[in-house]
Amino acid sequence: MATITATVAITGMNARADNPGPGLAIARCLKEAPEFKGRIIGLGYDALDPGLYLDEYCDASYLLPYPSSGDEAFLDAFGRIHQLEKIDIFIPCLDAELPGIVRLTPLLDEWGIRHFLPTQEQLQLRSKDRLMELAEYAGIECPEVKTLSNPAFFSQCEEKGWTYPLVVKGLFYGAKIVKNAEQASSAFHQLAAQWGLPILVQRFATGTEYNLTALGDGHGNMLGAVMMKKMALTDKGKAWSGVTIFDQALHDASAALIRAINWRGPLEVEVVRDPHGHYQLIEINPRFPAWIYLSAGVGRNLPLTLIQLICGETPEDFPPPKPGVMFIRHAMENIVPLDKFEAMIIDSGQHRQQDEGEL
Amino acid sequence: MIETEPTLQAAIQLPPIKTLERLAVSERGFVFDPTSGDHFTLNETGLVVIRALQQNKTLEDVIESLRQEYNVEPQVLERDLLEFSGMINSLLDN
Repeated sequence: MATITATVAITGMNARADNPGPGLAIARCLKEAPEFKGRIIGLGYDALDPGLYLDEYCDASYLLPYPSSGDEAFLDAFGRIHQLEKIDIFIPCLDAELPGIVRLTPLLDEWGIRHFLPTQEQLQLRSKDRLMELAEYAGIECPEVKTLSNPAFFSQCEEKGWTYPLVVKGLFYGAKIVKNAEQASSAFHQLAAQWGLPILVQRFATGTEYNLTALGDGHGNMLGAVMMKKMALTDKGKAWSGVTIFDQALHDASAALIRAINWRGPLEVEVVRDPHGHYQLIEINPRFPAWIYLSAGVGRNLPLTLIQLICGETPEDFPPPKPGVMFIRHAMENIVPLDKFEAMIIDSGQHRQQDEGEL
Repeated sequence: MIETEPTLQAAIQLPPIKTLERLAVSERGFVFDPTSGDHFTLNETGLVVIRALQQNKTLEDVIESLRQEYNVEPQVLERDLLEFSGMINSLLDN
């Protein structure tokens, strides 16, 4: 396998304990791969995003303006970083930034920055408000989802057969299980303030949570699937511990979803296995999950495969699935000199030469 | 006329061999189901039973080998196996 020396910019360095972004795990997958000898540019949105300060995984780190700031602000910041770092490959990995970045791919192409992203249409087809449509097309069950623009629904929903508990969701992020109209209304306002309208409500699916991550090659094929059962959750329902499994039914259902939309790029399929043993589709995330390091743990380093695809290489065959490999997260303090934090606040980042030069 | 005690053996419903075969069973009785990700532990006797069933032995074979090993009445073994079958079925997705 050829050595890769590309400079790779990765977003999602918000490796926070309760709800981590996937960027740091992607960087770790690459940095620990013997085939990867390139540089990693960590990109975050908050000066306290932990991944920005982990020098063993990020060769340089910068802040971007929030996606809500618009394309111009993003391009201004990203262009400046590109001038300094000469980015070869870009891996955006947060749900909220993807629509804007996919829109800007012609410009990225112009700048010579390579990527492996879905189209706008593919992004929309897997969005939370169209999940039922896609699930039906792919032949997998899915709890009913309804789009809401105001919270009045929650006071009369039981009359319409929507019994509590229900799940209230933001279009990009956030999901709260609510047990009554008061909690539902509060969740609606909180999520709407954070992520905007519409808000979604989904029937609650009882069962055990399983996730699958893989790459779609853009021609309907699923590459390198890794499946995981959540063993311990954070307060926000994110996996704190998990174990790999292999279930042909989940594999086939996910392959059908990818085939249905010719998905291109990384993705995560979230399902619940109900008491009857049926999978209920909960979400499809258009990116690697925060637990993607588990893929390296089972010999299917999907971020590395992604880079190989981007570089036009044919990835090697994946080893057979390896059920029974666990991960357990841990919280640890990273000591950060104040000048590094200052550089993040004042300069939105710090350029580091190979010999640790400064901006 | 002598009345025979109804056998419990007919009531013992063990998981299908396909389900049992997929289980990863350690020497110390730790069991991992690679399809569901569930895990549980077995005591020494449970381990003997699962190992025997994974080797495609019949229930009669299992009862006979346990009887020889532990020197207990077949009725007692059948009762224990009935309880075991209920437990193992509740732990596994068949």
